[in-house]
Amino acid sequence: MNALPASIVVSPLLRQWLAIGPGKRITVFSGKVELGQGITTALSQIACDELGIDADQLLMIAGHTGCSPNEMYTAGSLSIENGGAAIRHACAEARRLFARAAAERLAVPADSIRVEGGSFSSSTNLETIDYWQLATHVDLSVTISGQAPLIHPEDFRSVGKSMARADLTAKLSGAAYIHDLVLADMLHARMLRGPHPACRIVSVDIDRLKSLAGVTHVIHSGSFLAIAGPDEAALVSALERAAKRVQWQLLQAPVIQAEVVPMLKAMSCESSVVHTQGVPTPAVSMHQACYSRPYLAHAAIGPSCAVADPTDPSKLTVWSHSQGVFPLRDQIAKALGRDSSGVEVVHLPGAGCYGHNGADDVAFDAAYIAQATGRPVRVQWMREDELTASPFGSAGVTEIEAGIDADGKICAWKLQVWSHTHMQRPGWGEGVNLLGAWAIEPPLAASKAMEMPLPSGGGQRNSIALYDLPHQEVTHHFISQAPLRVSALRSLGAYVNIFAIESFLDELAAEIGADPVAFRLRHLTDPRARAVITQAARISGWQEHRSEGGGTGMGIGFGQYKNHAAYCAVVAHVRVEEKVHVERVWAVVDAGAIINPDGLTNQIEGGVIQAMSWTLKEAVTWSDSAITSNNWETYPILNFDEVPEVEVLLLAQPGQPSLGGGEAAAGPTAAALGNAVAHALGLRARHLPLTAERLAKLINES
Amino acid sequence: MQQSAAIVIRVNGQAREVHAGPDTPLLYVLRNDLELKGSRFGCGVGNCGSCTVMVDGMAVQSCDTPLWSVVGKEVTSVESLAHLALEQTGAIVRVAFLEEQAAQCGYCINGIMMSVTALLIRTPQPSREEIIAALDRHLCRCGTHVRILRAVEMAINKLNAVPTK
Repeated sequence: MNALPASIVVSPLLRQWLAIGPGKRITVFSGKVELGQGITTALSQIACDELGIDADQLLMIAGHTGCSPNEMYTAGSLSIENGGAAIRHACAEARRLFARAAAERLAVPADSIRVEGGSFSSSTNLETIDYWQLATHVDLSVTISGQAPLIHPEDFRSVGKSMARADLTAKLSGAAYIHDLVLADMLHARMLRGPHPACRIVSVDIDRLKSLAGVTHVIHSGSFLAIAGPDEAALVSALERAAKRVQWQLLQAPVIQAEVVPMLKAMSCESSVVHTQGVPTPAVSMHQACYSRPYLAHAAIGPSCAVADPTDPSKLTVWSHSQGVFPLRDQIAKALGRDSSGVEVVHLPGAGCYGHNGADDVAFDAAYIAQATGRPVRVQWMREDELTASPFGSAGVTEIEAGIDADGKICAWKLQVWSHTHMQRPGWGEGVNLLGAWAIEPPLAASKAMEMPLPSGGGQRNSIALYDLPHQEVTHHFISQAPLRVSALRSLGAYVNIFAIESFLDELAAEIGADPVAFRLRHLTDPRARAVITQAARISGWQEHRSEGGGTGMGIGFGQYKNHAAYCAVVAHVRVEEKVHVERVWAVVDAGAIINPDGLTNQIEGGVIQAMSWTLKEAVTWSDSAITSNNWETYPILNFDEVPEVEVLLLAQPGQPSLGGGEAAAGPTAAALGNAVAHALGLRARHLPLTAERLAKLINES
Repeated sequence: MQQSAAIVIRVNGQAREVHAGPDTPLLYVLRNDLELKGSRFGCGVGNCGSCTVMVDGMAVQSCDTPLWSVVGKEVTSVESLAHLALEQTGAIVRVAFLEEQAAQCGYCINGIMMSVTALLIRTPQPSREEIIAALDRHLCRCGTHVRILRAVEMAINKLNAVPTK
């Protein structure tokens, strides 16, 4: 018996997942949307294999509140694990129903039926019949049973093979993104927000704004302020002059920016022990260290964008690159005082999405402006909006205290993590989590900040060490008030927790003169965890090339994302001069059964490079009145001259369930870099980012 | 709104008449007046490269290039690459990016392909330093850099394997 995936429980009818047509195609509906991670291609591979059709016979519609199943968010590296499993079961159910109908029509035994290219045949009858001929004979309004046999992995035709992304040809040719959507009679709009997203309007000269060349509409409610006009270039050229006509202030000055550790520890928090196992055994030495990460920006290359059309009075349609069209629809409806049935949200691709960015906020902006003006409107944020008004990834502090016993093994382990929420998406909690909805008059309230409980966790994500330790205790200090607006950024708290755990493992190994790889293996029995570490050591030449110091260093980092998704080990080779130069990175991943190997490799390569950028360069900065990291000069990210060679090895496990891999590399990469830098310098840098200034300070203070 | 006087520019080999002010950034002219959406807005101040096109064979960031400055010059946008003969440099670059699957979200890639095309037309066998210098004005947030560099290598190899006439 197959356990039904959660998405099927929510949307149990076959017709919620599948339709025959248009033409000689089968439409599969998904709630998991293309964010640049290649999910549409991977889900298509699963659907084609289970249905027995070719790629060009499939049409995938994802993220449309009018016809897709509600799978909440495309997040958490769950799209293959959950969304893929749902499509697999739905398509298997369809194949079984159609195969039975085919057997009946062809007058052959049901078990003699096979399907290829959408056509059913049997060895006992020369006739064939296809899905489209059978369409009127099969009722799709049936419940998905979970009992339909799934295609055996050995019979996969597409799953397990590297397939080119279905969406890239269009993206590398011309119009393909939400930014490119044009509606008849459409206005362009730009938001006017203060230098900090919590700013409120003190005074604004609306008449002066209306008189600016390029501006035909001013949309103003409370501190929600936008200008609009039919000519985008003229509107943008008015923006600077418009900004001068508005005075802003923060009702409450944000906490003064300081080093993350004292800043977070000074904030009030709710503390709880979230995990205990075993008891400490006698130690010959005790060790303690504290690590931190700063607030990080999503910083997509394309700013957030949305289009809204109010011309149908019964239904406001909003096109968005949101990760969750259903929660967004409900939140927009609530904020506009409509029923959910009066709003449709349709997903279109945006620039790269690494979590809860500005996509939902700009969708509300567009919906509000469309409703206010009665005109179709396209709202695109400017670069400064993207870097200041989007939610940020939460800062975090992780402190570990551990004992080593006479055998050189860890015998006591206490970890404490201080962080904010990592989850403030629209639809999370009782409030309305849309930036513009907090600014309109009367304003709507945001949800109360909440932590996600383990095993997934937000700030606690990956706070339980995966090693076999006789004792572990994890304490979570939840800081509900953050100086900045924070929400989900790729890997959430796993980034700093894995950085801390894996850095500390190296510090403990150094205390007893053990090799970091050997020390890890000494504390690990999970064969899959051991395999990724062992293979990473092998392909990086760990034994031969890990020479001591001399300005170059090699470091390893390991983690299993959320302690239940993909395993990943990363080795980095660095040279430290005035700053950290990363020469080579090796990553080994076990993500269970792999759907599209090249797609997974692309995600791991990207995860490594993005985490390198966070780890070496990035931190959000602010003053008492503004977010000051508001452009590419003040928020620098990795450049091409800083890119190492990256080698990815996938350990295929075709008989195992698929494990989410998109976020697996973040923490291990940070740890590998930190450990490599410590190896090169002989000094431990525990606070991110590892900039030249920080390293110089560390050297001066040593 | 008053109609701007007509300005004629050459884009992808054709003379195009546009009614836009002479100071209008070329990016908006391409995207909105000429419906060439492949050049993308990223920052508006020439810091990220996602809007890059070629002007007389040089990679130029169209978001801070005024319309007047390209009058009498040849503007080439990413849309042209798909229509080139396969042995032409721009087509080789585009095919290499697709073959290497050198994209994640893909938003930055068109600008990057234009810079790479401009480089390889000028310098068919660039050094590593020349490649990095050409890409230095481009940002990619998904971390596709290693694939992009592989695609450039592939394009160089293909370009230099084409028999010269």
